[in-house]
Amino acid sequence: MSKSDKFRSDRLAGKSFPSEIDDPIVADPIMSGALKHFKASVDAWSASAYSRQKSAVRAAQHSWRLAASWALGCLLVAGSLAGGLYERRQRQEAVRAAEIKAETQKAAQKIDLARAAEAEQHLSLTRVATNIATSRQPRAVKRAANSDEDLLATVDNDVSRQVPAAMEPLAQMIDGNGTN
Amino acid sequence: MAAGIAVKPMSAQAAQEIAAREFASIVESHRPQIFRFLLASLRDVDLAETLTQECFLKAHRNWSHFRGDSSAMTWLMRIAINLQKDHWRNRRLQFWRHTQANAVGVDEAGEWLPNGERSAEQQILAREQVGQVWKAVENLSQRQRTVFLLRYVEEQELSEIAQATGLSEGTVKAHLSRALAKVRAELRGTR
Repeated sequence: MSKSDKFRSDRLAGKSFPSEIDDPIVADPIMSGALKHFKASVDAWSASAYSRQKSAVRAAQHSWRLAASWALGCLLVAGSLAGGLYERRQRQEAVRAAEIKAETQKAAQKIDLARAAEAEQHLSLTRVATNIATSRQPRAVKRAANSDEDLLATVDNDVSRQVPAAMEPLAQMIDGNGTN
Repeated sequence: MAAGIAVKPMSAQAAQEIAAREFASIVESHRPQIFRFLLASLRDVDLAETLTQECFLKAHRNWSHFRGDSSAMTWLMRIAINLQKDHWRNRRLQFWRHTQANAVGVDEAGEWLPNGERSAEQQILAREQVGQVWKAVENLSQRQRTVFLLRYVEEQELSEIAQATGLSEGTVKAHLSRALAKVRAELRGTR
């Protein structure tokens, strides 16, 4: 017979648990009655204590479940709040970043415009300068040429004046020959 | 040619599942009885619950060694009796003050009685008798108390009590006789 068969037969047969207290030792009806009452008393006490223990366990389980559900609920609420706040902060940061970017772009554009204006101004100044320079150049060239001619004339004069006396006959000869 | 029936060997997991199911059904059916016996022996609800849990824990650990020589109830009761013995031994050594403080008094234990269809007078008489039996049980030796409770509360056969306690049937009868004599004396003394 297997364990389970034995166990089942124990449960079903019920012969191990006599329902009546009919022990031959207990012949006295008062004694028998007292023992019956005693058994009933122990049964009632045990059943009450056992059900209380069970309900206490159930209550503990229930309270544990309640606490767990509360904790989970709080966690979810906190999580959703934190998520919302995080999302909001992210959006704010994105907006701020976009603003900063736009400002930087504007500043860069301004700088570019300023540079372009400066470059244009510089170009116009250069043009003016070149114009001035080109307008002044012929005069200078003329002046320089004049001065060169003057110089040469003075040099010629000087040179001609400073011809040594020793060379005079030759000069005269040239003149004579030339004239001749 | 003989046609043999192919028997599939049971896997270890399946065997474990069956054993677990068997044990669960045993716990469900015998737990109240073990608790009742320990409660009557100790008169302490918390302690009875603790020892009941220990009893089934021990039974679970040794479930594979249970060969089914006796009924499951007898086997469990034997474990419970041993745990109770250990408890008394420990209580004598260390914790007697604490456990005595937690135990319910005899008068309080005697208050538990189902109303039934009795008159108020009969109920008072029954309560008195229950109180007297509790008093007598309190004064019994540990073995006498165990045998008495197994016989008159758990309604076990003498052979089963002998198996559960590890005593011979003759010894069980002797203890039971002495216990009954003390109970009778208590009842007569106040009659």
